[in-house]
Amino acid sequence: MGQRVLMKGNEAIAEAAIRAGVQAYFGYPITPQNELIAYMSSHMPAQGRTFIQAESELAAINMVYGAAAAGVRAMTSSSGPGISLKQEGISFLVGAQLPAVIVNIMRGGPGLGNIASSQADYFQACKGGGHGDYHLVVYAPSTVQEAADLTVKAFEVADRYRNPVMILGDAVLGQMMEPVVMSEVTPNPPPKPWAVGGVRNGRKPNLINSLSLERGVVEEWNWIIKAKYDEIKKNELMVDRLHCEDADLILVAYGTTSRICREVLRQARAKGLKVGLIRPITLWPFPYEAIAQMARKTPEFLVVEMSLGQMIEDVQLALGGAAAVHFHGRPGGGIPDECDIMEIIDHVLVNKRAGKITTRGTVIDWKIS
Amino acid sequence: MAKGKIEIDIEMCKGCGLCLVACKFNVIKTARQGQVNKYGYRYTEVVHPDHCTGCGMCALMCPDSAITVWRSSSKI
Amino acid sequence: MSDIEMNKVAGRSPLWDHKPSPYCPGCGHGVVHRVICELIEEYNLDDNCVFMAPVGCSILAYTFLGLDVCQSAHGRTPAAATGIKRVRPETFVLAYQGDGDLASIGTAEIIHAANRGENITTIFVNNAVYGMTGGQMAPTTLPGQKATTCVDGRDAASGMGYPLRVCELLQNLDGATYLARTSVHTPANVIKTKQFIRKAFDVQLKRQGFSLVEVLTSCPVNWGMQPVEALDFVEQNMVPQYPLGEFKVDGACVTPKV
Repeated sequence: MGQRVLMKGNEAIAEAAIRAGVQAYFGYPITPQNELIAYMSSHMPAQGRTFIQAESELAAINMVYGAAAAGVRAMTSSSGPGISLKQEGISFLVGAQLPAVIVNIMRGGPGLGNIASSQADYFQACKGGGHGDYHLVVYAPSTVQEAADLTVKAFEVADRYRNPVMILGDAVLGQMMEPVVMSEVTPNPPPKPWAVGGVRNGRKPNLINSLSLERGVVEEWNWIIKAKYDEIKKNELMVDRLHCEDADLILVAYGTTSRICREVLRQARAKGLKVGLIRPITLWPFPYEAIAQMARKTPEFLVVEMSLGQMIEDVQLALGGAAAVHFHGRPGGGIPDECDIMEIIDHVLVNKRAGKITTRGTVIDWKIS
Repeated sequence: MAKGKIEIDIEMCKGCGLCLVACKFNVIKTARQGQVNKYGYRYTEVVHPDHCTGCGMCALMCPDSAITVWRSSSKI
Repeated sequence: MSDIEMNKVAGRSPLWDHKPSPYCPGCGHGVVHRVICELIEEYNLDDNCVFMAPVGCSILAYTFLGLDVCQSAHGRTPAAATGIKRVRPETFVLAYQGDGDLASIGTAEIIHAANRGENITTIFVNNAVYGMTGGQMAPTTLPGQKATTCVDGRDAASGMGYPLRVCELLQNLDGATYLARTSVHTPANVIKTKQFIRKAFDVQLKRQGFSLVEVLTSCPVNWGMQPVEALDFVEQNMVPQYPLGEFKVDGACVTPKV
């Protein structure tokens, strides 16, 4: 077991990637992930690996594309506006079936926004900000330790399925310092006979490409990608449940918001209220089944997000009207307050919806509209 | 005896005519009206092989790598 | 008469599969591809080489070239090439780009790859128009030249911009080691093209930094000309606008002369 050290989230992700055997990092400064690129700028060359501060996030994702095409583990990191720039590159990575890890430390938006925390890039990450039929595997860590562990896992999953993977964090996670134990496992990337470059020694030339003008070919490629996604859904789903077995109301939250909800849960249980928490760890694949199952015993769900409500649509989809769904959200850098969440729980469970809720960002019986 | 020899792979030829401009010895000419390769191109063909010096200018201009050129090593 | 030995002096490279290219009759791409294949063969590079295909007509090079090929997003060829070369420094990386890829959407990427002195070789094919998409105006389109997005002719004064001279633009970058411009509209110029591309290859092989050769070529279909007519357009219209010659040799600026 490795040494327990206090590390900033951004730096822990960087160190974990190095432990996972990342050979190339390409990035561009953007708050709140600058510590990640700074860490990489000194540690990667020190290990004899490639580091470039690219001219833009756009260039960076395309450098990742090149390095991945050459068969090495490659990554980039950014925040919302930069991830927007990377969307074309992400689609190309999927189309060419290239593994890569992309880190998004979310900030307030839309537009330039602010440098505070948010979860408003859920749609971008999970419903595809890029063009074409595709998905990223999306991990949502809630602690610095989890961020480190999931970064290592991200490289393995990316290589296993030849698909890019995203680590979706936020400014709070990126900036906070927590104790973390780094992985001591030696990285073992699989062989990549499909890669370009390197001495061929009789190997037939390889092609890294996502275009074909011949009839039916691109359709076929899409079916191949779909088959991969079916496998990923079967094998890679991760979800955490806390005190859901007897819950009268279940909170649904991920990342930093789930930590706030854990505290709310503790307070609620102390008051004798039966509250539970479902925390998706993979946002894609999304735990539709796990949530649907909870509806058999639990009639109330409260989704808490640092946004105007994005994951809630997937929760609504999972429940299919089988339970009531409520929402509390704080967009643009706002952070949900425990008191506000408790107020909603009291309103639903204790006051049985009598009276009005005045907290901004709350919707009782949320419906898509 | 010609100093040079060329062969035009008529299935690779698109009849662009750039070789015709390059050849100073009237070795080659566009095929007769109606003579086309399997892709429908009116290819260029060798008509005066005895004029060829093997200078290779035609092959230099050819965008389709359709021309092979030989040149004799004789000093004559 | 005794048998006179005939030596083959020109022919199709083994790197070019025996099938016609998808390019139009008289398209300059074929000549440039041929020169590149000959040099790759001569230097024995094909066993450890990546051809970076851009978005543009030459995206289709993979259909007949027998090399590792990596196709990238529009304009991002220098970035993708950087990614490959940095992690595989022994691999010969040849980036091949057209007007749109290099001089329009990809200007940031080419400037910064040159500025960092990336040890890649870029071949920039300049035919003053966007070929693949049907003949739109390019940054390299000549004043007065008609294209589908400037049907009355390019008018710089009304905000359509001036012809972009890439070699001149990159000349001031300390990271650029070798820059040259040639054409393929006459046999002599084809020979010069091979000479300059050979020098660019040498720069990469000797790890001397960034090299780029710009090649003026014809696009007969989108210029609305016969292939032979198009050669005259290069001579009379393009060469005066885009002077031929070397712009940087061994990292030092030179005044271009052919």
